[in-house]
Amino acid sequence: MTDTVLDLPALVEASRAEIAASDSLDDLEQIRVRLLGKKGSVTELLKSLGAMDPEARRTAGAKINEAKQTLTSALDARRGQLDAAKLAAQLASDAVDVTLPGRGQTIGGLHPVTRVRRRIEQIFRNAGFTIADGPEIEDDWHNFGALNIPENHPARAMHDTFYFPDGRLLRTHTSPVQVRSMEQQKPPIRVIAPGRVYRNDSDMTHTPMFHQVEGLVVDEGITFANLKAVLHNFMRELFEKDVKMRLRPSYFPFTEPSAEVDISCVSCGGSGCRVCKQTGWVEVSGCGVVHPNVLKAVNIDPERYTGYAFGMGIDRLTMLRYNVNDIRLYFENDLRFLKQFA
Amino acid sequence: MKISLNWLRDWVDTGDDVPALAHALTMAGLEIEGIAAAGPSLPGVVVGEVKSVTKHPDAEKLNVCVVSTGAEDFQIVCGAPNVRVGMKAPLATIGAKLPNGTEIKRAKLRGVESFGMLCSARELGINEEASGLYDLPADLKPGQDLVGALGLDDTIFEVNLTPNRGDAMSVQGVAREVAAARGKLLHPPAIEPVVATITDTFPVRIETAKSADAPVGCYKFVGRVIRGIRPNVPSPFWMQERLRRAGLRPISAVVDITNYVMLELGAPMHAYDRAKLASGINVRFAKPNEKLKLLDGREIELTPDVLVIADERSILGLAGVMGGEDSGIADGTVDVFFECAFFDPNDVAGRGRRYGLITDASQRFERGVDPELQERAIERATQLLLSSAGGKAGPLVVTRASRAFPAPAPIRLRHARVEHVLGAKIDASIVQSLLERLGMVVSGSAGQWQVTPPTWRFDVRIEEDLIEEVARLHGFENIPEAAEIGAHEPSPWTETHIRNERASDLLVDRGYQEAINYAFTDQAYQVALCPEPAVALSNAISAELAVMRVSLWPGLLAALGSNQRRQQPRVRLFEVGRRYSKDAETEVIAGVATGAVLPEQWGAEARKVDFFDIKADVEALIGLTGAAEEFRFVAESHPALHPGQSARIYRGERPVGWLGAVHPEHSKRLDLTYPVFVFELETAAGLAAVIPEFEEISRYPAIRRDIAAIVDEGLPVEAVRAVVQQSAGNLLKRLTVLSVYQGQQLQKGKKSIALGLQLQDTSRTLTDNEADALVAQVVEQLGRQLNATLRDQ
Repeated sequence: MTDTVLDLPALVEASRAEIAASDSLDDLEQIRVRLLGKKGSVTELLKSLGAMDPEARRTAGAKINEAKQTLTSALDARRGQLDAAKLAAQLASDAVDVTLPGRGQTIGGLHPVTRVRRRIEQIFRNAGFTIADGPEIEDDWHNFGALNIPENHPARAMHDTFYFPDGRLLRTHTSPVQVRSMEQQKPPIRVIAPGRVYRNDSDMTHTPMFHQVEGLVVDEGITFANLKAVLHNFMRELFEKDVKMRLRPSYFPFTEPSAEVDISCVSCGGSGCRVCKQTGWVEVSGCGVVHPNVLKAVNIDPERYTGYAFGMGIDRLTMLRYNVNDIRLYFENDLRFLKQFA
Repeated sequence: MKISLNWLRDWVDTGDDVPALAHALTMAGLEIEGIAAAGPSLPGVVVGEVKSVTKHPDAEKLNVCVVSTGAEDFQIVCGAPNVRVGMKAPLATIGAKLPNGTEIKRAKLRGVESFGMLCSARELGINEEASGLYDLPADLKPGQDLVGALGLDDTIFEVNLTPNRGDAMSVQGVAREVAAARGKLLHPPAIEPVVATITDTFPVRIETAKSADAPVGCYKFVGRVIRGIRPNVPSPFWMQERLRRAGLRPISAVVDITNYVMLELGAPMHAYDRAKLASGINVRFAKPNEKLKLLDGREIELTPDVLVIADERSILGLAGVMGGEDSGIADGTVDVFFECAFFDPNDVAGRGRRYGLITDASQRFERGVDPELQERAIERATQLLLSSAGGKAGPLVVTRASRAFPAPAPIRLRHARVEHVLGAKIDASIVQSLLERLGMVVSGSAGQWQVTPPTWRFDVRIEEDLIEEVARLHGFENIPEAAEIGAHEPSPWTETHIRNERASDLLVDRGYQEAINYAFTDQAYQVALCPEPAVALSNAISAELAVMRVSLWPGLLAALGSNQRRQQPRVRLFEVGRRYSKDAETEVIAGVATGAVLPEQWGAEARKVDFFDIKADVEALIGLTGAAEEFRFVAESHPALHPGQSARIYRGERPVGWLGAVHPEHSKRLDLTYPVFVFELETAAGLAAVIPEFEEISRYPAIRRDIAAIVDEGLPVEAVRAVVQQSAGNLLKRLTVLSVYQGQQLQKGKKSIALGLQLQDTSRTLTDNEADALVAQVVEQLGRQLNATLRDQ
């Protein structure tokens, strides 16, 4: 027995070498069982202590326990190394080519006119406007009569109206929503009305359907100067540029004074280019102070209340925003066009 | 309207250069939308005088001419038929370059030398006349530079007039605006009354306004007889040039003069051949069903609100629109009757348009012609006619209606109101002077002016009209930008409806591209797909755009097809828009899809999109509402859809949309690659949303039980789900369809549906026994109600 205990250093030395040489966790486990398992050689040595006299048992016990400790640490250290190596191998085999494209559905995109319409709505909503809506198949009164455009008015000739057999028509502008808004609510009114409008006109620069956005504000003390401020702020926001704006006197039966709105060309900055036909200005809107006849038609007192209104072609603003050069592309729905705005 | 700058400068000279003048007019409200040179620059082209014409020895059609420039004579070979001795014609000398690119060189024509070229108007780019040499006025000096001699160094303004400004439809009118905008004086041409040398007159009766409230139509008819003019005389060259620059074709002295006076003063005139007028002229409203034959041969039927000029026999013309052929000026006319009348805009407006007649006269009359202008116009025309074609003038005769046209009434204008509406401070003295520049008569004081507009301003009737005049002359650029004062109410922002933006974004994220189609389509094309009645336009632009759409599918399928033909095999499009019936416009969100389920890529299964892929898109849409359980998909047939792959979508009992595969016959007919899937969902009913309400989260574990029920193959899964849900009750938290199997392991005509049931109680832990009992209950109900058996048991 004592001989065996005396052989311990050799056993420890041999086992340490074996542990260091093991190259898998399974091997290592087998070594552990052989040494420290229930019937392991070191365990057997410990069991043999019971037969010794107390003095010898203490000496031998200390040595055996020391050997056990040494071997346990060696096993743990080697297990740690093998675990780390195994993880490293796992990670290495899991590596992917990160330059391969991702899988699955790709996104589509919004129509460019929708993109700009949303911007317009958001900008005006931030300025306290509500979005209003109305029918596209309109009656004569809302499209013309209530807007101070009686029958036989020369302005009607400029509208190229689509009619239905029952006398109704496709709205030629979003202005009837002005009237409907004023019929439905009393001042203060602050609405914009985006939507489709229709004119019987089709050529290089006209489509029989297009989009407008109408704006209307009616309250006490509303002025032409307010209109200028709202529009100029809007143009700066929409184009994210410090555009210049000018108003030119014009004529609409439902506003007075009336103006066409030009902004400095967003393409060339005003120095002259194809987009602005070398003038440095592009026309983007019509506007004016609401005509008293329009207010009277919806029973709003024009002495007490004043208002302004404006209308803009969304398709036109979209052309300016994204440099689209042909309005007809909007309604051909060619994916090669649409996908440019995703 | 085109206007010659030289002509305008005869009336008012501002000293402005062309761009400055154009800018001033534009900013005053008369938009100059085009600026063009009146003619080409023609270096080396001079006035030549033909001294002699001799036949070319070797060419039938050529002449050898000697042409003088005063200082020098040139031998010129010329083929024009109208060359004659004494003629003045444009001579392009050696070295001249014509607008068509021709460079003039010494040349030999059939052996005879030519030292230049005599030119037609077309060769010089002046007009389209190419039948012979440009026959220049005899009084031009030989050798003179042609551009200078013809006044071609002129600029043409294209004025875009707004429909309220009839008063500006003339040189006089534009000149008045220039004078007002620039604060200058007008220099109108001297128009002296012509003293009558004969006594001839022609009777005119205005037969309207028979009762006190009946419309007058014609308030004044000014006429004059001029006898013995030289027939077939052209108008003076300078007049022809001015007409050409305004876009009118010269015809004859009499016709040109009426046009010239209209362009100059703004008063439309008419000239009759006196010999063709029988009895007197009556101005009256048309009788019911009265007919008139137009110059183009069309016969139109008139209504009693149409004002006509007639004699005893027939209608001579539509008042304020056009004269008739039979009584007009013709070759050989020697006696002329001039008409210049004032018609009420209200009684002319729209009448011409009704018959497709939009004329220079109707455009002016319906916007309003100065009622004080007619006498001056006739005097001007008489003066011009006598000087160019001779003749003797009778007295000027004015026939008036029983009632006079009301003179412009004074309008109250408050200085405070001007500033209130404009939001700008403008001195009262400035307001007053701006109005006076426009010919307004201003009286009273600034608190309460009385402003009387001039007779030519039909568009100035109320205070706001005056404010507009002040604003535009003051300059819109001089009105400040000012933020509104006062609080704004918050805009409503509901949570009870899914916005189109959200629904669109969802489809975009699922790979759809947004399309926008016209709201009108082709009747036959649409009806084959969607036979519900469509509203037809009365005046469609073409047959392809003739009826309102009843569905978004026709447009989307057409777009899908055209993309497929452009090498795009995978198409997913959606649109948000309205469909139209006689009584309603309904907004829908609709989509079409075809091709691979995923874009071409590595490592993913390549398969075509199928019904359930699109159904998932629709379920995602309705899932946004938070109330997916309110929706049902029911197998129903639709003419556009495959009968076995077509579902109507219900929300509760209300149909809100469709989903399905396009019928293979339609796909074939429309040349679409099969299969194509479509859906359409009403936004109002389909996207109304539920506001979420919090429900206690169970702290107790859930138990999962799977069952596989064998049922008849025709039984919809929905029926099985319904029985399970109803029999399991509240403890069933989730029910998932795991698989549907049909095949050899089953009896023919049967299918197996595997379901996963997640069971959970919110107040306690469910035991296995309870779960088993619940499942047994479900199985029993499935057997009883659907004759289902369990698989593998």
